[in-house]
Amino acid sequence: MPLLRRLKLNQNINNDKQPSPDDYLRQDVYDTAGNGYIALTLVMALILNFLPLPDNALLFRPDFVALITLYWCVQYPHKIGMSVAFTMGLMMDVADINILGQHALAYCIAVYLTLILGRRLRLFNAWQQAPQIGFILFAMQTVMIIVAILGGMKFPGWEFYFTTVTGSLAWIPVSLLLSLPLKQKPDSHAL
Amino acid sequence: MKTAPPFFRHGPGPFTRLIVFTCLSCLLIVEDLRFKRFHEVRQVIGTIIFPLQRIAYAPTSIYDEVRNFIIHFNLLEENTKLRQQNFENQQYLLRFHALEAENFQLRELLGAIDRIENNSETKPVLAEILYTPRDPFSHKITLNKGIYHDVQLGQAVIDDKGVVGQITRIYPFSAEVTLLTDKNHSVPVQVLRNSLRSVISGTGKNNELELRYLSINIDIQAGDLLVTSGIGGVYPAGIPVAVVEKIEQNPTDDFSRVVSSPVAGVDRNRQVLILSLIKPPIDATTETVKIESKHK
Repeated sequence: MPLLRRLKLNQNINNDKQPSPDDYLRQDVYDTAGNGYIALTLVMALILNFLPLPDNALLFRPDFVALITLYWCVQYPHKIGMSVAFTMGLMMDVADINILGQHALAYCIAVYLTLILGRRLRLFNAWQQAPQIGFILFAMQTVMIIVAILGGMKFPGWEFYFTTVTGSLAWIPVSLLLSLPLKQKPDSHAL
Repeated sequence: MKTAPPFFRHGPGPFTRLIVFTCLSCLLIVEDLRFKRFHEVRQVIGTIIFPLQRIAYAPTSIYDEVRNFIIHFNLLEENTKLRQQNFENQQYLLRFHALEAENFQLRELLGAIDRIENNSETKPVLAEILYTPRDPFSHKITLNKGIYHDVQLGQAVIDDKGVVGQITRIYPFSAEVTLLTDKNHSVPVQVLRNSLRSVISGTGKNNELELRYLSINIDIQAGDLLVTSGIGGVYPAGIPVAVVEKIEQNPTDDFSRVVSSPVAGVDRNRQVLILSLIKPPIDATTETVKIESKHK
């Protein structure tokens, strides 16, 4: 794909057209994940979150929507940002029958933290990223609790934070799985 | 005049975006908590995510199909068992009919008003629980029947043991049930033993309901069964709601704290029954006419 785009860009230049700033941006070398693939993984995450499970399993199920949104936000901060997180949050709010905006706000704050820490995070491998993601998830769930308490609910107990731990543990397989189809195949025509 | 393309393109920085989206979320939260005007937004999003919920539910339904297929082998055995159970139930039903007739006659003698009859416009609907949220905050579940299946707002939902809750929001193909345990949900009940009437409310905790404002010397014991009294006009009378667990009588307090646990369990079975709506017990217009005539 990137090669094709570069070809197009060259054609543009040959035609003496001024390339628009967007064309320069699309030249990103790391840009291997298509928008379709990202959307597909997000839909998968929603389905995983909607799985009907017994209560005990629900205590430990990580928030896949948050995890996968954060993953793409670390990898492609120019593609997946707060607007996507906000939309996903609204969907989770309606599905979970919560206060409208609770998940949306929490996801946005998580994405903000990821955008700040993003450059750092990309330096580490998945194992070293996991505890840092755990910190972001902790902040996210604290936001949810604050909103719920403001909405007149009671503190749900510390077991609410189990998903923070499982979430940061799940970060390792999730990030490995998501990056698997993006590994560049060795070019047989290379020197 | 030519303008050079910007060297780096970035829109508003992360912090600006954060502020914008935080304001947007806070607006939604306040709107949802205070005014509840965004019903359409919820309906639209609910319709969008319904197919996803269906897909997520698919493994469960496949499991059910497979289990049904296996059960087919012991169908004869199950059939005899069910027939036996049916005979036993039939006996109760016959006695119930006799009692109902007797009750009707007694009421006639007393000149009491007719018992609340079921409204024939809506039919009871058997539904399945589509989704129980991950959140410990929301005591609500989603059923797989909606406006399309003639489900209406305010219908009561029961399972084979007792009351589960009430329908509080409807989508085209699904409905939302507020459970008994929700903090803002109350059911008029009476004690089966001595028909003491009260109102039971959720506490926001799982498996805990509370009878509020009962005086200290009230006649209530642990183990008493609480059934619906049918007063509110939402729940038909006589459906089990909860069993009294413990009574805390603190002499410094004016009221005793009565904690009970619901008899119906959402986590135990997936099928529930949406009951038909009840005719309003008192015709409001006749009431006002009576009052007016009194004033004259």
